[in-house]
Amino acid sequence: MKPISDVVQTTPPSGIRKFFDIVSQMQDVISLGVGEPDFDTPWRISESCIFSLERGRTHYTSNFGTPELRKAISDYWQEREGLEYNWENQILITVGVSEAMDIAMRAILNPGDEIICPEPCYVSYKPCITFAGGVAVAIPSYMEDEFRVTPDLIRAAITKKTKAILISYPCNPTGATANREMLQEIVDIAKEHDLWIISDEIYDRMTYDGKHICIPTLTGAYDRTIFMNGFSKAYAMTGWRIGYACGSAEVIEAMMKIHQYTILCAPIMGQVAAVEAMKNGYADSEAMIEEYGRRRRVIVKGLNHAGLKCVMPGGAFYAFPSVKDTGLTCDEFSERLLYEEKVAVVPGNAFGECGEGHIRCSYATSIEKIEIAMERIARFISKLKV
Amino acid sequence: MDKQQILKILERDARTSPKQIAVMLGEEEENVAAAIAQMEKNGVIRHYKTIIDWEKAGKEQVFVFIDVRVSPSRGVGFDDVAERIYRYPEVHSVYLVSGDYDLRVVIEGKNMKDVAFFVAEKLSTLEGVLSTKSSFLLKKYKSDGDMFVDVAAEERLAITP
Ligand SMILES: Cc1ncc(COP(=O)(O)O)c(C=O)c1O
Repeated sequence: MKPISDVVQTTPPSGIRKFFDIVSQMQDVISLGVGEPDFDTPWRISESCIFSLERGRTHYTSNFGTPELRKAISDYWQEREGLEYNWENQILITVGVSEAMDIAMRAILNPGDEIICPEPCYVSYKPCITFAGGVAVAIPSYMEDEFRVTPDLIRAAITKKTKAILISYPCNPTGATANREMLQEIVDIAKEHDLWIISDEIYDRMTYDGKHICIPTLTGAYDRTIFMNGFSKAYAMTGWRIGYACGSAEVIEAMMKIHQYTILCAPIMGQVAAVEAMKNGYADSEAMIEEYGRRRRVIVKGLNHAGLKCVMPGGAFYAFPSVKDTGLTCDEFSERLLYEEKVAVVPGNAFGECGEGHIRCSYATSIEKIEIAMERIARFISKLKV
Repeated sequence: MDKQQILKILERDARTSPKQIAVMLGEEEENVAAAIAQMEKNGVIRHYKTIIDWEKAGKEQVFVFIDVRVSPSRGVGFDDVAERIYRYPEVHSVYLVSGDYDLRVVIEGKNMKDVAFFVAEKLSTLEGVLSTKSSFLLKKYKSDGDMFVDVAAEERLAITP
């Protein structure tokens, strides 16, 4: 048989995969490696889907998604941020933010086009860019800067081939949030060089200190931003696979063309549930977010107490402590921690080279489990010292 | 300090220590302890107790919900009738409610006979009680926000992006 495509062959498998295989063979592991809420979807949301199934709502929807859901999303952003997205041609419902990211890349990239991508970042960004024929230009960010990217580094990375800047705050894996000045500067750079901005704001609601800054609301950002969000995190709806992209009618039309031929439409069951989430799910999701906020402090305190330097993450549900002081690489640390103390974390280098020396600890897990995991980590580190 | 936050945490798990609460809320332990002491004193926190699945513990018991129609008279209002009822230790709860009946009473007993005796001898004979309607509890699914049925085990994958 002739070989698999070069691009696919040369893309390394996700760094997360390796650990998954080990963890699934073990028992009594406390996993801080989970990138999804531990809560079940709020019942009102699940129940609305059951109700609609009983009434036979099992068909294809418009390629863009159901008008109901697009209207609900349009209203939501109008109300929350004063953003005007016309539900008819500026909103596309996708199979999670995952699909939105994929088709956004394919919609804007020509072979060899570059996308500037601050790291550490979500594992799918680079592969999405590569699969679409583009080149990901990684910009590092470090703990000293609270994992906020330095706009000057972005400026320095721009070439004739640069097509877009990809940003995602609050950040998976660092939990970093951005401030207005820095984001405005990034928008200004994009404007100056006429670049797209792709903004994945899936963790927007999980912002614990202060208010999330929504990129398309910044001066000069609206027209050039492909704004992405979804239901997976804030509404604990990972398995429903519903996300969306908002942007200019032109880019949404282009994305829709790819979506139309490859996906046809996002599953109707998920879309129905998402309408309920948008309309009546706010209080339920607030309660979950409050709980993450409490856990965040417990985990950071526990990590610091165990001897790992960790900044207080402003958002998402991850802490990203440094393990450099232990003298171990993040791979060694994660592997030994798993075998010796049965705590699973994700090595930071899975999220980009500059993530080396860090581990991602998710606090989408009960406080009881977090407390036990912190005791185990403390014990692991004290054993390293002798 | 947000006292409601403290209460929410304690309502879910009364054994959470001031130290743990302080970490969760980013406050000092002494301040949390003082706030709790104050709320205990002024009755915002009435007391702490344990949610027990008595059925699992093997204790025989029956519950009955009794709707009571009351005819208040001069000098004997709803509160007075309610008090006559709620002072019995076997009375689990008493509410004044709107609708066809006035009081909703929940009674706990060792067995049906026990409860039937209470209703016949004590409750229906009270001055002001016009009629009662009893329903026996057959199965408890959820009570005061707590599930009494086993929920399915977690299905999340151990490591996800
Ligand atoms: C930053 C970020 N973007 C996108 C996704 C994927 O989300 P969805 O479930 O909407 O595809 C995740 C999931 O972990 C994420 O962390």
